[in-house]
Amino acid sequence: MFDFLDLDEYDLFGAFWTTIQLTFFAGVGSLIWGTVLAAMRVSPVPVMRAFGTAYVNIFRNIPLTLIIVFCSIGLGQTLRVTMFTDGSVDPTNYRLAILGFVVYTSAFVCEALRSGINTVPVGQAEAARALGLSFSQVLRLIVLPQAFRSVIAPLANILIALTKNTTVASAIGVAEAAALMSEMIENEAQLIPIALLFALGFIILTLPTGLLLGWVAKRMAVKR
Amino acid sequence: MSDASLTKEIEDAAPLAEDLVILDGVNKHFGALHVLQDINLTIKRGEVVVVIGPSGSGKSTLCRTINRLETIDSGTITIDNNPLPAEGRELARLRADVGMVFQSFNLFAHKTVLQNVMLGPIKVRRQDKAQVEARARMLLDRVGVGSQADKYPAQLSGGQQQRVAIARALAMEPKVMLFDEPTSALDPEMINEVLEVMRQLASEGMTMVVVTHEMGFARSAANRVVFMADGRIVEEADPHQFFDNPRSDRARDFLSKILAH
Repeated sequence: MFDFLDLDEYDLFGAFWTTIQLTFFAGVGSLIWGTVLAAMRVSPVPVMRAFGTAYVNIFRNIPLTLIIVFCSIGLGQTLRVTMFTDGSVDPTNYRLAILGFVVYTSAFVCEALRSGINTVPVGQAEAARALGLSFSQVLRLIVLPQAFRSVIAPLANILIALTKNTTVASAIGVAEAAALMSEMIENEAQLIPIALLFALGFIILTLPTGLLLGWVAKRMAVKR
Repeated sequence: MSDASLTKEIEDAAPLAEDLVILDGVNKHFGALHVLQDINLTIKRGEVVVVIGPSGSGKSTLCRTINRLETIDSGTITIDNNPLPAEGRELARLRADVGMVFQSFNLFAHKTVLQNVMLGPIKVRRQDKAQVEARARMLLDRVGVGSQADKYPAQLSGGQQQRVAIARALAMEPKVMLFDEPTSALDPEMINEVLEVMRQLASEGMTMVVVTHEMGFARSAANRVVFMADGRIVEEADPHQFFDNPRSDRARDFLSKILAH
């Protein structure tokens, strides 16, 4: 049944490794940029709040495919953004895809985190300010550590969604799992086994993520 | 006991007669509600001022304006000859000198009791960690929760949490301590353990502004009672005079309701 699976011809593990890399770099980037956005959305500076709100409402409402394609055609081909590569297409598109995922996913990270910030009693922030801590210290030392702990489960959801969303990168020719799947389906005419194989591959990636982070979320919960 | 005194530095530093906190013509509105109306109040160094009054009279708001957790619309607030600065570094520096204890304790839930007390001195004052820890443990012993140092706030009773909150404020070696209804969220049997710590602090010469409904504390520990109603200071008097012989009708009415049974 699995005679289509010629690992010399199809680099199955390489493709999934690319998926993992895309997920990892986009995940780290989204977490950082999403945290910055969340900090902006709760900051006392109106301009920053407005920017954060506008950003989230724009990018979470644009289809991911559009963002990824724009990254390749708009940034890559038209504006000649090379993302610190030598300018050749493959590495550039790989990095542009990560940029696109970060731009998109960070909007969701920001909103998850903001709901976490709302779970921290406002009195704790007041107490911290009353001690003489600055706004950024209050955020870094008191609010965000508790906010993160309360949103580990929703962040796990976002990470799982991101893992699956990386398949969109095949639209701009990044050789990740979905790109390989299309290629194999075209060559081998065994649609169902191939689709099942890739579905299984994604479940192997995402299921442990969900279980592990669910367990972490329970352990890290702040007792009140 | 004297070498471990919480307020030794303050006793050494200044003459008792000096004015530490001055509120001059302070007004504040919450929308249409004029919650503070022309408040003039001077608190001398080492003085214990108890603010009492009915709910909604503006006494908590008054307390919170002193370290600018609430902004004011007009008037000036001066602490130790420095006018209260606008939001920013200057304000943070000033807040570090003003300890505050809240009704709902507001301990940092993700940090242990000891970490709660150490946070301010380390992050704001940038003091040496070992020294801060020694002082934090000493303070926790003084308020009677030394054995709970490594627990989290949620594992403590309300009275213990509030005593930790007092220790956390004292760790900053403040010039003045603000207490915003510190016993209002406590079970009756825990109120005394907190009041006892406050009474001790008062007797050591700490400058204190206490918003409270504990008339017994006001009578025994206060140098002065400030009675507020409807956003105004209605009466200011020595506690014995205030409780035994209030001048204003409003205060007489208030006292008759709470002291009747």
